Amino acid sequence: MFFVQAAEWLEATWLSTAIRESIWAYPIVESIHVLTIAVFLGLTAAMDARLLGAAMRETPVGVVMARLLPWIRSGFAVMVVTGLLLFAGTPVRFVTNVFFQIKLALLVLAGLNVWLFHHRLYPTVHEWGGAARPPRHARLAGAASLVLWTLALATGRLIAYNWFE
Amino acid sequence: MSLHAFFAWCEHTGIGTAVRDSIWLFPIIEVIHLVGLAGLGGAILLVDLRLLGVGLHGVPVASLARSARPWLWISLALTMGSGVLLFLSEALKCYENPAFWLKVGFLVLALLFAGLVRPRFTRDAGAGPLPFTARLAGAVSVALWTGVAAAGRGIGFW
Repeated sequence: MFFVQAAEWLEATWLSTAIRESIWAYPIVESIHVLTIAVFLGLTAAMDARLLGAAMRETPVGVVMARLLPWIRSGFAVMVVTGLLLFAGTPVRFVTNVFFQIKLALLVLAGLNVWLFHHRLYPTVHEWGGAARPPRHARLAGAASLVLWTLALATGRLIAYNWFE
Repeated sequence: MSLHAFFAWCEHTGIGTAVRDSIWLFPIIEVIHLVGLAGLGGAILLVDLRLLGVGLHGVPVASLARSARPWLWISLALTMGSGVLLFLSEALKCYENPAFWLKVGFLVLALLFAGLVRPRFTRDAGAGPLPFTARLAGAVSVALWTGVAAAGRGIGFW
């Protein structure tokens, strides 16, 4: 299969070998990956709570997002880089792991939700963002974000286990 | 009873044994622990970033702290409840693990700081920038909780 062959190619590169064989690389990269979850997912959840009308109700959605998005984007960047490095260490194990496959699907859905929100709802945030309880579509986007990222976190943790192999 | 005997007792409790013997329980509790970590990260950073002047500036820190409080309590309940279960299942391993003791140290400091010191700085109801001491409090809080999380992750690597 194509993905397994690509993973085998990657696993034979010097980068993959270096990550795999270093005593320190894996624990350090994984710790950073976990710490950025607190930044990325934590602040994303805070933003989602605002969209749901469950926190910071007196602050307009546009203000909350403008101030938190730089942190969320930075957290996301570090999370993606460290995640790719972890993947590069043992790519064959990852692509054949069912939890990793589910996680990828969840990430695609979460990304789609982000894209839809930023193209359909965010451009008009000044019209609806002042409401303590935002309109239905915005609440839906917040709820979808919370559920999808949380499930991605859960399946990500479970990659460490190989119950189905 | 010595501390070691207490840890041995913990490991042999019904709950500790059940978590240890199950294939599913430990990973599922770990997931809950991580979900709590994310919630805790959000609830704490929201206020600390404002204290530091790099988050929701313009919004009073008192109002942010009020908004974050229920999420902070829920997340603390999730992380500490799941953390105790994980601990019970491998108490004796924790006893020998320096990362575990480092985490306990950071956790005690972080909780004391969050309960006794930080509230003095999160009462400000103004929208403007905060004094240096408030920014310092935000920095110390971020550092202590980062220590808790990093040492916690370290337990698994030791």
